[in-house]
Amino acid sequence: MIGLIVLIVVVVVIGAWLIGMYNGLVRLKNQLKNAWAQIDVQLKRRHDLIPNLVETVKGYAGHEKTTLQNVVEARTKAVSAQGVEAQSQAEGELSSALGRLMVVVEQYPDLKANQNFLALQEELTSTENRIGFARQHYNDSVMTYNTRLESFPVNVVAGMFGFSAEAFFEIEDAAQREVPKVQF
Amino acid sequence: MWEAIRDNARRSRLLIGLMGATLVVLGYLIGVVAAGPDAGIFGALGALALWLVMLVAALTGGEQLVMMTARARQIRKEDAPQLWNVVEEMTIASGLGGMPKIYIVDNDMPNAFAAGRKAESSCVAVTTGLLRRLNRDELQGVIAHEIGHIKNLDVRFMTIAAVMLGSIVILADLFFRMLWLGGGRRRGSGGGGGHALILLVAILAAFLAPLFAQLLYFACSRKREYLADASAARFTRYPAGLASALEKISGQLVRAGKKREVQRALAPMYIINPLQAAAKSVGLFSTHPSTEQRVRVLRAMGGNVSWADYDRAFRQVMKGQASGIGARTLRSDKGVAAREPTSEPDARQKAVARGREAAEFLDRMIEFLIIACPCGVRIKVPPGLDREAVQCTRCGRSHSLPRAEAAAGAAAAGAPPLHYRRRGDGWETFKCACGQPLQVGPAFRGGTLTCKKCRRAIEIAGP
Repeated sequence: MIGLIVLIVVVVVIGAWLIGMYNGLVRLKNQLKNAWAQIDVQLKRRHDLIPNLVETVKGYAGHEKTTLQNVVEARTKAVSAQGVEAQSQAEGELSSALGRLMVVVEQYPDLKANQNFLALQEELTSTENRIGFARQHYNDSVMTYNTRLESFPVNVVAGMFGFSAEAFFEIEDAAQREVPKVQF
Repeated sequence: MWEAIRDNARRSRLLIGLMGATLVVLGYLIGVVAAGPDAGIFGALGALALWLVMLVAALTGGEQLVMMTARARQIRKEDAPQLWNVVEEMTIASGLGGMPKIYIVDNDMPNAFAAGRKAESSCVAVTTGLLRRLNRDELQGVIAHEIGHIKNLDVRFMTIAAVMLGSIVILADLFFRMLWLGGGRRRGSGGGGGHALILLVAILAAFLAPLFAQLLYFACSRKREYLADASAARFTRYPAGLASALEKISGQLVRAGKKREVQRALAPMYIINPLQAAAKSVGLFSTHPSTEQRVRVLRAMGGNVSWADYDRAFRQVMKGQASGIGARTLRSDKGVAAREPTSEPDARQKAVARGREAAEFLDRMIEFLIIACPCGVRIKVPPGLDREAVQCTRCGRSHSLPRAEAAAGAAAAGAPPLHYRRRGDGWETFKCACGQPLQVGPAFRGGTLTCKKCRRAIEIAGP
């Protein structure tokens, strides 16, 4: 009788422990998904800002047609890009097109003094930061998740329920990694 | 990150436990002294009940009370866009559940604090002096530190600890009053030697318990400042930003000396305790570690920003002391590199502009009118000024006040107002009749826009 009770208690304790570990992994995994979604939100935000930026710059520097055109085209490409790889490449191109636009803007002191332009510039700086921080948070979450996955005894439970390690967000092309540095 | 919070929570429980034990022992002794050995248990229960009641009161009072005490005002995005953006950036970087509400305190002393028991109801407050003096990276560091406090659940923990400290102080105080008033009667009844001994122990305990609890509280508070600093470095990837912000804030606080006005109750909540800013060394009663040491640790982190790097820098500066970051966090966090500083050629100007935005926001709250003169001067007009126009103090231009302007506008039919109907509620660009391009943003709320070139009023209608 006592043996049975002890057995039941042991089973319940082990069960609760397993459930706790499983739930912990699910929580981390969801955190990861949220972090990934946040990157998309911020990229979308950048896409939304660009038409206004182009409009504002046109008012002062309308004859810089090619530079403006490049930005608009890069944006269109980035909006329609499908898949992680194509998307990150398109976003990289958009960043460099924006960088070139900002170099052009330097030659127009009137534009640089425009209140709306200044506000847009702040929004763009912040958006670039947000994209960076969202990626950073995603990578932090991946690191936490993967470390948890590797540690004993979580790895046993993870193997049982089919949790697998996630990949870090990395820009693969070394050249591309250098380009997106936009300075405002 | 979560590991850090959990390690933190474990240590917190230990400290809370110690303080709780102090409270219960004190209650027990008081019970014994007041009504004999059998009443000890009731004394202990009474002490716990006192703590619970105070805790409920403290936790339902909420953030609004703190913000009211600090005379902080909540802002919207258009009041201080850069501050808003920085807070949002740090919310993303920290993975906090929701964005904290942002408040501004009208005080030229640079400082900041956070309140809120959970991420969803948290608030961050900064002073106008802070906005005026820091550049973007420094502001980011300060906000990251405050969000670190929220993320590490420091505010909730410190509230619980503070309430416990308060209960102990009240209980000890109560005991001395009781002794004072009831002493004569008890002396008459003639207690034995055992009773005298217990009385002696109780008196000693009532003296020492508040002191002991206070020391625990302050030690805890100091550890949490370091942890928030480490979080800030981790979130911003740029420890130098916070380091230089701390130097600026502390420099300003020390220079101001005794002139500054501070609500004493709020002092421990700020990023640097304004009452202890000038202290050379860290005493047992300091709520914050010395700013100089905090800066040195941040600067010693070098090009890496992981928890492990903060811990290494901490040991180096503090000669082997532990930083209080949990071992599991240290193991799991691999090398993370710092980022480059944000290039901001006119950082000072931007900071001044940000400070002005905040100040104007506060002025508008009390219904001041702000007129931007083309020469660059901004004229503040107090509400109810009985004049047709004001003169700019620098260039002497005369600006008619809205009341007068409305009357004049009706009379001068020569320049009829133009109309523009908005297409949506985003950014829109259109041309004034004189050819000047104009924009309205999503934040635009007013009914008319003045053309920057011909100064004509253009009526803006909704979509």
